[in-house]
Amino acid sequence: MSLYVEELLGEADAADPTTGDVTIQNYTINFGPQHPAAHGVLRLVMELDGEIVERVDPHVGLLHRGTEKLIEYKTYTQALPYFDRLDYCSPLCMEHSWVLAVEKLLDLEVPERAQYLRVFFAELTRISNHMLNLGSHVMDVGAMTPNLWMFEIREDCMNFFERVSGARMHSNYFRPGGVHQDAPLKLLADIGDWLDTRLPRLFEDAISLVADNRIFKQRNVDIAVVSRDDAVKWGFSGPMIRGSGIAWDLRKSQPYDVYAKMDFDVPVGTRGDCYDRFMVRVEEVRQSARIMKQCLRDMPDGPIASLDRKVVPPKRGEMKQSMEALIHHFKLYTEGFHVPAGDVYVATESPKGEFGVYLVADGSNKPYRCKIRPTAFSHLQAFDFMAKGHMLADTTAILGAMDIVFGECDR
Amino acid sequence: MRAPAPAYAANDGTIDAARNALGGMLLDAVDKVGEVALHVRREDLYDAMIALRDTPGLAYQQLMEIAGVDYPDRAERFEVVYCMLSLTRNHRLRVHVATDEEKPVPSVTDIWPVAGWLEREVYDMYGVLFSGNPDLRRILTDYGFRGHPQRKDFPLTGYVELRYSEEEKRVVYEPVQLAQDFRTFDFMSPWEGAEYVLPGDEKGALPQAKGAQTPLSADTIVKADAAQSTTKVPDAPSEPYAKKDVQNTSQSGAGEPDPGNQKQDKPVESDVIPTKGGGQNQ
Repeated sequence: MSLYVEELLGEADAADPTTGDVTIQNYTINFGPQHPAAHGVLRLVMELDGEIVERVDPHVGLLHRGTEKLIEYKTYTQALPYFDRLDYCSPLCMEHSWVLAVEKLLDLEVPERAQYLRVFFAELTRISNHMLNLGSHVMDVGAMTPNLWMFEIREDCMNFFERVSGARMHSNYFRPGGVHQDAPLKLLADIGDWLDTRLPRLFEDAISLVADNRIFKQRNVDIAVVSRDDAVKWGFSGPMIRGSGIAWDLRKSQPYDVYAKMDFDVPVGTRGDCYDRFMVRVEEVRQSARIMKQCLRDMPDGPIASLDRKVVPPKRGEMKQSMEALIHHFKLYTEGFHVPAGDVYVATESPKGEFGVYLVADGSNKPYRCKIRPTAFSHLQAFDFMAKGHMLADTTAILGAMDIVFGECDR
Repeated sequence: MRAPAPAYAANDGTIDAARNALGGMLLDAVDKVGEVALHVRREDLYDAMIALRDTPGLAYQQLMEIAGVDYPDRAERFEVVYCMLSLTRNHRLRVHVATDEEKPVPSVTDIWPVAGWLEREVYDMYGVLFSGNPDLRRILTDYGFRGHPQRKDFPLTGYVELRYSEEEKRVVYEPVQLAQDFRTFDFMSPWEGAEYVLPGDEKGALPQAKGAQTPLSADTIVKADAAQSTTKVPDAPSEPYAKKDVQNTSQSGAGEPDPGNQKQDKPVESDVIPTKGGGQNQ
């Protein structure tokens, strides 16, 4: 014991017995799991040299709910609501990957109106997601007001989701083969008005407070610069890879639904720092609004879900008249539909990046395996090298610019 | 393809290019449901990945995902699936590797650092080992968790549950206890691949004697109820429910009848007067 004390005091050091100084150890601190800037339940074990971050070891999985395992025990339709609960800030974009994966295995045609509706509401989801992220990023680096203003927009989005699907957050609106219900005309008109008036006013006001703000720039410019090579190696996607200057957007390069018909720009960053990632998201909101307006302009009338009654249940009115419809309804809500054996990896551009579903079907009514590719996994893993050498206070800015939600990261 | 799935560059020539680049490392190549899957020898995975990334006609720069799949019936039960993306060619590809609980898969963390966590997750969920991964810890499950939850033989409920114990003032782990049985309903049509045998169907599996069955003689026939005694006394009534000699509610524990619920409290005249010629709802 005494030897240990001597060693601690530096009196008897085996390596260098002459120095009597006490060497200063690095701090190791816990950031989270309960910390407002951790954006959920993230535990960061940080090694600090003074205020400089030397090493970060993110511990994830505190919100692991076994979604992938649960999905293996559900039918294809019953598995859909689990996707709302992955990234609960952009539920419809999560559903989008799932329905596209199932449709790909089924080789199911989807009516055009359904595709327009899905793109339309996926873009509304993107706006609502970015409102939360931009606002909280701004708040993480010290500004309060923009967050409150952007939550106004988010609240509007929630109301729109409620009006179309009945639920504010966990919409459960998309279906393999289309969407659940048609959107009322009044709702589409209201969203059109909102896109023209309220959204630009509130959003541009809020952004004007921070985009050119000196303090905001000091906190974000040149923080966590990620080069193009690093972004590719670390599997970045979405605003993270675009912030690093690679114009890669799955909506543009691998269009799904009716994105091929949409006219929009892909913003890219120039330096690859937190400020670029922020500004990429800001521009994406404007582009999303542009896509939504095009959807409203071009959306045709017609069925909102596939007419293949082996996958999509019939309308209730039809069931009152037709025995066939009644049988289909009963079969779909008990056994569900069977998906031919095969495996696909389908990825869509969720607001946070590439959200993929690797689906293995064995020909039964339940998925054999559903692997969900979270966007946060690759981004959060890169946190160590992004934060290295920065100050402790910068970690919140880095984390805010990553846009991580733990429902999706931990599954 | 009719489905509106993400459309990337066509698969034409990908398999040939991969075959040229990988040679003997490639076991099988499949183009199914519009996606190319390469089955690669486990030992050669690292070299194959380098070739897939650096060969000009392939150029899969990004590793997007590593997924484990469990097929308990196979000799090597696990499949590790690498989902790759080419940013320049705008193409996706999957690389499959088979392994089991013991044989390690070469790690690709040297090629793509992103593989670090992805391999950790496969290890956590399936127990697949990756040789060369410098940090192969559990990632999603609890600290000190035992077992690999995504294996098909791992129950959905798991083995332990935790709760906050008011007596011990801390979180305690206990073996999982379910208030009701786990409900798995089999909705599959019985003639389309259900796993149970319908009652009576087992007769079909038995070999049948040739010709008509020999009729039984009268003394070999045993009637179904012959074994039962005719002088069977009824079972004694179980205590609380079958008590027949209850005189009033104090004996049964049911409490006093509500005074407002007596017959004479009913209104003499109902509030709703039926219209002539039919009820109010007609």
